[in-house]
Amino acid sequence: MSVQAPSRWLDPKVWRKRIAKGARDRDTVIYAVLLIAAVALPEVAYFATGSTFLVSQWADAGVWVLLAIGLNVVVGFAGLLDLGYAAFFAIGAYTYALLASTQLGASPLHHSVHLPFWLLLFVGMFMAAAFGAILGFPTLRLRGDYLAIVTLGFGEIVPDVFRNLDQWTGGINAIGNIDQPTLPVWLNGPWADLPLEFVNPFKFGFDPVPYYVLILLLVVGSVILVHNLQKSRLGRAWMAIREDEVAAAAMGINTVSTKLLAFAIGASFSGFAGVFLGAKLSLVGPDNFLFIVSITVLVMVVLGGMGNIQGVIVGALVVYYINFNLLTNLPNNAVAAANALGLTWLVERHGDWSGIGDETQRLNFLLFGLILVLMMLLRPQGLLPSRVREQELKHSTDITLEVK
Amino acid sequence: MSEGTTAVRDRTVGDALRQAQQAFAGDVGGALFSALGVVGLIILVVLAFQNPGQFFQILIYGLTDGALYALVALGYTMVYGIIELINFAHGDIFTLGSFVALPLLAAFGVDEGQAFGVQIVIALVITYLLVMIIIGMVNVTIERIAYRPLRNAPRLAPLITAIGMSFVVEGLMYIWRGPSTLHFPDLLPETGWIVNTVRIGVKDIYVLVLAIILVTALTLFINRSKLGKAMRATAQDRDAAQLMGIDINRTIAATFFIGAVLAGAGGMTWGLYFNNVNFALGFNAGLIAFTAAVLGGIGNIQGAALGGLLIGIIAAYSDAYWSPLWTPVVVFGILILILVFRPTGLLGMRVPEK
Repeated sequence: MSVQAPSRWLDPKVWRKRIAKGARDRDTVIYAVLLIAAVALPEVAYFATGSTFLVSQWADAGVWVLLAIGLNVVVGFAGLLDLGYAAFFAIGAYTYALLASTQLGASPLHHSVHLPFWLLLFVGMFMAAAFGAILGFPTLRLRGDYLAIVTLGFGEIVPDVFRNLDQWTGGINAIGNIDQPTLPVWLNGPWADLPLEFVNPFKFGFDPVPYYVLILLLVVGSVILVHNLQKSRLGRAWMAIREDEVAAAAMGINTVSTKLLAFAIGASFSGFAGVFLGAKLSLVGPDNFLFIVSITVLVMVVLGGMGNIQGVIVGALVVYYINFNLLTNLPNNAVAAANALGLTWLVERHGDWSGIGDETQRLNFLLFGLILVLMMLLRPQGLLPSRVREQELKHSTDITLEVK
Repeated sequence: MSEGTTAVRDRTVGDALRQAQQAFAGDVGGALFSALGVVGLIILVVLAFQNPGQFFQILIYGLTDGALYALVALGYTMVYGIIELINFAHGDIFTLGSFVALPLLAAFGVDEGQAFGVQIVIALVITYLLVMIIIGMVNVTIERIAYRPLRNAPRLAPLITAIGMSFVVEGLMYIWRGPSTLHFPDLLPETGWIVNTVRIGVKDIYVLVLAIILVTALTLFINRSKLGKAMRATAQDRDAAQLMGIDINRTIAATFFIGAVLAGAGGMTWGLYFNNVNFALGFNAGLIAFTAAVLGGIGNIQGAALGGLLIGIIAAYSDAYWSPLWTPVVVFGILILILVFRPTGLLGMRVPEK
C-alpha cells in the first residue's frame, strides 16, 4: 500500500481521469473557475489599470461573499428565515473595533485595549456565535415567519444600541483608527523593514492586496468548512428539519440544538466578516449595519440559489457588482457616453433637466428594484439552485398536479 | 472515549436544552412575562400620578400615531393571512398614497391658510376616494406582475420580488419628487379643546375617528360580504377554496386592493397630520406597522388594529419618558419579548402547520 500510494498520486492517467470527471461536474467547474479568477484577476487588474483600486473593491466583495455563505447556513441549509443577519456582522465588527483601538481609552474604562487581529478574528467569531445562540435559544421554537420578525427586531436593536451607547462606542461618530493586522516576523520575511525596491513587503496598511489575500483565504476556508458541514450528520439533520420539522423530530433529531447550531454557526461567519471589515476600513460605525445590509445578504442568498454554496457565492458577486459597481458608476458612464457621442446638451443642465449624470443617479433605486424583480421572475429557484432543491421543486409540482 | 459514550453525552446536553426551552415557553416564562408586564404597568401608573397632564397628553399622541400604524398594519396582516407573504412594498405603497394626494389636492385649488369650510371638505373627500382607488390599482398591478407568477415558486422568491418592488416604488417617488422632504398642506383646522391641561386637537380626533370607521368597515366587509368570506376561505385552505369554486386570483387581487386602499388613506392622513412626507418614509413606517401586525397576531384584523395602537402608545411613552433614540430598541425589544412568550401574537390563534 505504502509503495502504491505515491505512484497513484503521480500517475498522469489517474489525474487525467480525475480532471475529466471534474470537468463534467458542475460544482467542480464553478469552484475551479472562481478560484482561478480570484487568483488571476488582481494581477490582471493591476497591469490593466495600474492601480489597486479594483483589488480593494474585490476585497469588499469578499466580505459580502463571506456573509452570504454564513446566511446560507441559516436560510439555505436549515430553512430558518433570518432578517437581522447584519446584527451579528455588527457584533463581530464592534468586537474588533473596541478591542483593537484607542476607543476604550475614551470610555468610562479609561484603558485602551490592543489585542492582535488574529486572536480577535476568533473572538469576534465566537461573540457573534454566542449572540446567535442567545437570540436563538428562546426564539427558535417560533413558527417560520415569526422567527423572521424576531431576527428583524434584533437586527434593528443591535445597531441602535451601538449608536446610543456613545460613551462606549463613539455613537454616530463611529470608531476610527482601528489597528491594522500585523504579521509575525517569520511570515513577513527578512525583507520586512528593508527599503528594497524590487519586492513589496507583505504588510497590512493602506495597500489592499494583503487584505484581498486574507479575505480570499477566509472565504476558501469557510467554503471548505461549510461544504463539509453540509455533508456531515449535522448538515443532513438541517436538511431534514428544513423539509419537515415534525418528521425530523420523530426520527430522533434534537430540533432545538440542531437549529441553535445552525444559528450560531451561521452567525459566526458574519463575525469573521465583521472583524475583517473593521480591520480593512479601520472605521466602524452603526450605519454600516442597517436593515438594508441584512436584506442585501438575503437577496444574495436567494438570488444565487439557496442551499447551494457556489450559487450563493455567484449570487453575492452578482448583487455586489450590480449594487456597488454597475449602479454607482452608471452616472459617470452615462456622462462619458453622452460626451463621446457628441450629445453634450444631455450633459448640461437646463430647465428641469439636471444633466444626464444626475438624472441617471436618480434611477438607481428603480433599476436595482427592477433587476431584482426581473431576475427573480426569470429564475425563481435562483441562478444556480442546489440539486436537491431542484428535485424537490420538480416533485412538489408533480404532486400538486396530481391533487388538482 | 468510545463512540457510544460521546453520543450519550450529546443527547443529554441536547435534552437539557430542550427541557430548558420548554420550561421557558411554559409556566416559568409565563410568570416571568407577567412580572415584566406588571413592572411596566407600575412604572406607567407612577408616571401618571406624578404628572397626569403630561401622561394623558402623550397618550393622545400615541393613540393618533397608533391609529395610523394600524391602517398600514391591516394591509400587512391581510396579505400575510392570505398568501403568507411579508409584503415589503406595502410601506412604500403607504407613502405613495401621500405622494399621489399632493397633486390632487393642488388640482382642487385648496391650500393651507384657507378657512376650513365646505370647499376643503369636498376636496378632501374626493381626494381620499381617488387616492384609495389609484393606490389600490397600483397594488393590484404589483401583485399581478411580481407575486402572481411566483405563487408556486419557492417561498422566499416572492419575498425578494417584494423587496425589489419596494425599491421600484421608492425609486419612482424619488424620480418624481426628488429626495427632499415635501411639505403637505395643513388643511385640517388647528383648533382643539383643553381638558385639564391636556390638549385634544381636532386633528387627533379626526385621525382616530377615520381609523375607527375604516377598521369597522373592513371588519364588516370581511365578516359579512361574500368576497370577505372568500378571503377567509382562501386564507384557511387555498386548494379547498378553489375546489369550492372560489376564484383564487380574483380573491387575492381583492385582498391587495383593500390593503392598499387602507394604506393609501393612511398615507394621505399621515400627510394631513404631520404635514411632511418623504420618499423613504415608508421604509421605517412599514417596518413598525409590520411589527404591529405581528404583535397583534398576524392574519388577524382586530389584532393588527390593536397592535398598531399599542406600538403607537409604547413609542410615544418611550419618546417622552426616555429618549426618541431608544424608542426603536424599546419597540422591537417588546416585540421580541412578546413573541418569545406568546409566539402567535396577542390575539393570534395557533395556526396549523402546513
